[in-house]
Formats: sequence, structure tokens, C-alpha cells
Amino acid sequence: MTTDLQRTLTFGLNGEQVVVEVEPRLLLTDLLRRRLGLTGTHVGCEHGVCGACTVLVDGRPVRACLMLAVQAEGCEIRTVESVACSPTQLHPVQQALHDHHGLQCGFCTPGIVMSLVALTEDGVALDDEELRDELAGHVCRCTGYRNIIAAARAVVPAPVRADDEEGGR
Amino acid sequence: MKPPVLDYVAPRTLEEAALLLADDSREAKVLAGGQSLVPMLNMRLSRPEVLVDIARVRSLDYIEADSDRLAIGAAVTQADAARHLEVQANWPLVAAAISHIGHAQIRNRGTVVGSLAHHDPAAELPALALALDATLTAYSTRGPRVIEVADFFLGTFQTDLADDEILVQVSLAAPPPRTGWSFREVARKHGDFASVGAITLVSRGAAGVEWARLVLFGVGATPYRAVEAEQLLVGQHVTPEVLGTVSAAAVADLRPPSDVHATAEYRREVAASLIRTTVEEAWRRSA
Repeated sequence: MTTDLQRTLTFGLNGEQVVVEVEPRLLLTDLLRRRLGLTGTHVGCEHGVCGACTVLVDGRPVRACLMLAVQAEGCEIRTVESVACSPTQLHPVQQALHDHHGLQCGFCTPGIVMSLVALTEDGVALDDEELRDELAGHVCRCTGYRNIIAAARAVVPAPVRADDEEGGR
Repeated sequence: MKPPVLDYVAPRTLEEAALLLADDSREAKVLAGGQSLVPMLNMRLSRPEVLVDIARVRSLDYIEADSDRLAIGAAVTQADAARHLEVQANWPLVAAAISHIGHAQIRNRGTVVGSLAHHDPAAELPALALALDATLTAYSTRGPRVIEVADFFLGTFQTDLADDEILVQVSLAAPPPRTGWSFREVARKHGDFASVGAITLVSRGAAGVEWARLVLFGVGATPYRAVEAEQLLVGQHVTPEVLGTVSAAAVADLRPPSDVHATAEYRREVAASLIRTTVEEAWRRSA
């Protein structure tokens, strides 16, 4: 029996504090989806390549399938369920994906939404190559990526000056 | 694809962590970013009895730099290292190497030191450590132990670390003044491990190249320093002829692996090409 290995986990989730008992081997994805009913975070590969499970941990995009729930102790986690401004108003990132037809089946989309939310909140300007780089950790089987990039371009500002290209890499 | 049953401890001090690893009664594995270990747990390629999470050990969360060296503690993520003002200003090669690691999500959790302790020979950071004459510091209940990079990487996923040692710091040496750098990597897809990569440092003097470091990765069980090629380069100006000679020498002793991603012949050919490209770029940057 593994109940003697249970640990108490306390963390912030979408602005609320959560306290749960978990086995150390429980993945963050399974905590969110199965224990807490937040199924917006998707599981595509469970070994860290597809990006569908991307959530924000302390504001940074992270693969939830590569985190044990216990590692979230004291962290602020945000999932896609927290993104819409209201039940009737989409976040600008979501609106842009809608406007640019940046999703079809929607399986990869929550992960991309979270990465874009982080980028827009960072407020950093990115050129086209840097923008693709930031989203390169997301696999999409439906769209061919072009509309996703168009949506991203609509919400992430480009650098103003041409000679900004060399910096930052 | 779920991790096996295991225990988990998050010590607050290094001494606590060392005691946990020294405990022979349970097989312990160090966890920091988990970007290499958790996939292995998910696929049950690794089945430790207890994970010792060092990410909360505050004394390991530091970056210290002076004109001679850059020291990074074990709790520092790859993203934080790349973003650090000191690295951005004075260590562009380090920022460039990190930017090639996986994807943003990986870099937000994965640690610089963890990548070295894990030692995938196709990874960027072991090659960077070799190129910058790193010293590695390990810690156990026996105290600290400093290891030269030449003695550290022993084989694929094998380092000189003992089972009860934690790698706590890497210290990278600043190259000489007027040194140009170049980093190139070829991979099947963006963010994949390198099929082949090269890191080159070249410093410029009156008579041409004064000092050089040529490191290849993805070409064997450890990153490879092309020492003969470095010696051929010193004292020369960088011309197409010299580039040809140096790149041929750099790959002459290579026995790269053949696998699903690339054949040995491909790796050797691309390695030679990357040497030419990186030496030329490093030479230009040294001006």
C-alpha cells in the first residue's frame, strides 16, 4: 500500500489555495485532470515533447507531465480554465486564435494558449523567428501552424527597430 | 506511462540532501528540474525508491561572475541562467548554448547543473563545459570535491559522480581577451537533441590565431575536444585552406554512432562542415 507515502501539498491554483494529499509519484497533469477535474490541460505524450499539457508555474510555461504534483508546493499554477476574462468574454489570446482560425480539433490549443498568455504578460517584443522559437515546444497535427503563428503575431508585439534583430540570442 | 511508487523528500539544506543520498538502505536519486528524470520515471526507465529534490535548497540558487569565471549553482534553471544580466552582457556563448536546449518549457524547469550531471552526450551543456574548461563541484557527506571537466564525462549518462554525490556547481572559465565564439547545432527538428553540434572559441593575435578550442558533440559517448585540430589552427590566419585542413583533422579520429537520427558518415561530414563554419564565425567575432 502506498498510503503511507502520502504528502500534503499546498499550492495556489488559478488564484485559489488548494490543499491535497498526494502520492509523490502523481504527475501534475493527473492531479489537475483527475483529482481536481480541470481537464482543460491535455495529455498528448507524457514524456515532454508535445506541449499539450503546458501550464503556467509562477508565470512560466512548464510541461505539467514533467512535473510531479509534489514539486508544485508553494507555487502559483495557472491552467487554461483561468484564462477567459469572463464566461462570455474571451482573453485576447483566445480571441486571436478564434479570429485567425488557429485551431481545429483543439487538442494542442490549451498549451498554446498558456504559452501565449505568458508571452503577452511578459510584454516583451519578439521578432518572427523569436516568436516561432517560443512556440516551438507545441506540436499541432491539424493546422500546419501558420494560423497559430498569425494569431500569436496579432497579440505579441514585434520589435520597433530593425537593428534589434541581433540582440538577445 | 506513470512513475513507479516512490518516496519524495525536499530538503532545505545541502547537508540534509547529502545525508539522504548517503543512506544505503534506500536507492535515492537527485531531482532538480526533472526534465530528464521525470520522463525516465514516466517510462519506468528509472525506479529509485526516493527522490531527493534539491530545487528548494536556497544555498544552491546563485550565479556568481567575475572577469575570470562564471559559477552557477545547482538550483539555477537554464532559462534563469540565460536571462541573467551578467550572462547576457559577458557570456554570449553560454546564452547561445542554452537557447538551443529543447524548448522554452523545458528551459523553465531544467537546470544547468542537472544537464551536466545527467550527461547526454548529444546535449549542449556538457560540450559547453568542455569548451570553457569547467570545474565541477560535487558534494557528499565526505564534503566537497572539485572535478576537472576532462575527468568528469565518462560515457553516455555516466559521469565521475559517486552514487551519494550531488553535483552542486559548475564554474566556467572566461576565455582570453579578443576571443570570438561560435555555436552551431544540426538536429532533425527544432528543439531535438543535436545530431551533431560544434562549439568553437578562437582568439586573435598579431600572427593570426593565438588560442583555440574546438568541441564537437553528438559524435560519441562524450563531447569531443579536437585537440590536434586546435594545434593546427594556432599561429594561422583563417583561410579556406586552413579551414579545410583543420576540419579534416577535427574529424579524423571520430567514431560517431549510427542511429535512427543519423548515420556515422553523416555525423562525420556534418561535424567537419560545422567546424569550418564555427571557426570562420569565431574568427570574425574575435576582430
